[in-house]
Amino acid sequence: MPFCRPQSVQEACQLLAEDVRRVPIAGGTDLLVRWPQRLDAHALTYVDLSPLSELRSIAWSEDALHLGGLTTYWDVIQDRRVGEEFPLLVRAARQVGAIQIQTRGTWAGNIANASPAADGVAALLAYDGVVELSSCAGDAEVALADFYLGYKQMRRGPDQLIRAIRLPRQRRSFELFEKVGSRAAQAIAKVGVAVVRSTSGWRVVASSMGPCVCRCPQLEALLEAGTAIGRPEDLLPALRSDVSPIDDLRSTAEYREAVMARVLFFALFSGAPSPGRTLREPVGR
Amino acid sequence: MEGPDRERGLSRVELVLNGRPVAIAFDPAERLLDTLRGRLGLTGSKEGCGEGECGSCTIYLDGVPVNACLVPTFQVEGLRVDTIESIDPARLDPLHRSGATQCGACTPGVVMAALWIDDHREQLATHTVRELMAGNLCRCTGYDGIVDGVERLLARRRGA
Repeated sequence: MPFCRPQSVQEACQLLAEDVRRVPIAGGTDLLVRWPQRLDAHALTYVDLSPLSELRSIAWSEDALHLGGLTTYWDVIQDRRVGEEFPLLVRAARQVGAIQIQTRGTWAGNIANASPAADGVAALLAYDGVVELSSCAGDAEVALADFYLGYKQMRRGPDQLIRAIRLPRQRRSFELFEKVGSRAAQAIAKVGVAVVRSTSGWRVVASSMGPCVCRCPQLEALLEAGTAIGRPEDLLPALRSDVSPIDDLRSTAEYREAVMARVLFFALFSGAPSPGRTLREPVGR
Repeated sequence: MEGPDRERGLSRVELVLNGRPVAIAFDPAERLLDTLRGRLGLTGSKEGCGEGECGSCTIYLDGVPVNACLVPTFQVEGLRVDTIESIDPARLDPLHRSGATQCGACTPGVVMAALWIDDHREQLATHTVRELMAGNLCRCTGYDGIVDGVERLLARRRGA
């Protein structure tokens, strides 16, 4: 298993452009899982991004938060300002694995790994995140809402690196992140839900509910319209048009639909307190 | 790199291991856990699951806890690596007294996580001991003994 250790983003892009089978590696928390048994993965060449300190940054501009491509979950958990202005990022990060994973795993890696159960992606997508890509051919950006095309299919070419993730600073009046799994830590979501209401409208994001983490346009429309909902089951028609869960080793489609409907109902329609919810004065500009 | 290492297909990293600068020849496909245990004889770090869930291979990489089973050795060039072998046994007394250990398989990782909390008490402003220990699975103690041990550890230095 050869590896390359580029000294700059430009050099990393060149290494990827020379041979599109090369695999960028950051924290390794996905790529190294059960490594000794995965001999096919040993045959690949890895481009190690971890020395590229220019990518490990949390920066603010007037209208956006910029997470560099090597920003870890732990970096965000430790950043008080991010926690105040983008609380769902911290809430999601604290539910990824446990500290040993949080200190290594990166937000960009969560995007590029393209798991349908990705916790980080759900929060980024609910905040209208934009993926900023670099390659030898130039820079590009893709809204996270348009990034996934299907299971593990995405608008990132093999020669492109995720340089940063940009999150617009918005006035928000509602924020929710709920992850339902077997236990609080070290579990992959059976159902994940992130909901944000901002000046741009409602965002409802589901994970583990289809081939990729996705927005839920019918549920968003229902919230925009202020439709009255009396029971969790009343959400199922809209929910079923937005998501397509499957039966797998972690759960069943039926359970997932029922749980997602109940999470949304009790957080949004019942008036009952919900531990994952933040209702507050708008922040940002 | 020296000739013989290259002939055997080995690469080389320089790191600071348990406080001492070292240069290590390693197979490019090795995980840090394999290098520590197989090449350096540092067998205190255990392999439980090999997928980042159990925490029995917990070490400190540049001062933060990570799972050594998920770190390729080539990534530790120039970094600080601290393993269970670097721990002063005198610090373990509170854990011994609380029933924090039974079969011992998880213990090296538990000790690394517990002592990291002791050294980073500022984290307790936002995190509970249980959340910070959630990356270390134990199938014997039911965790109460471990949490009690960490509380004793924290109490001891506070009182000292």
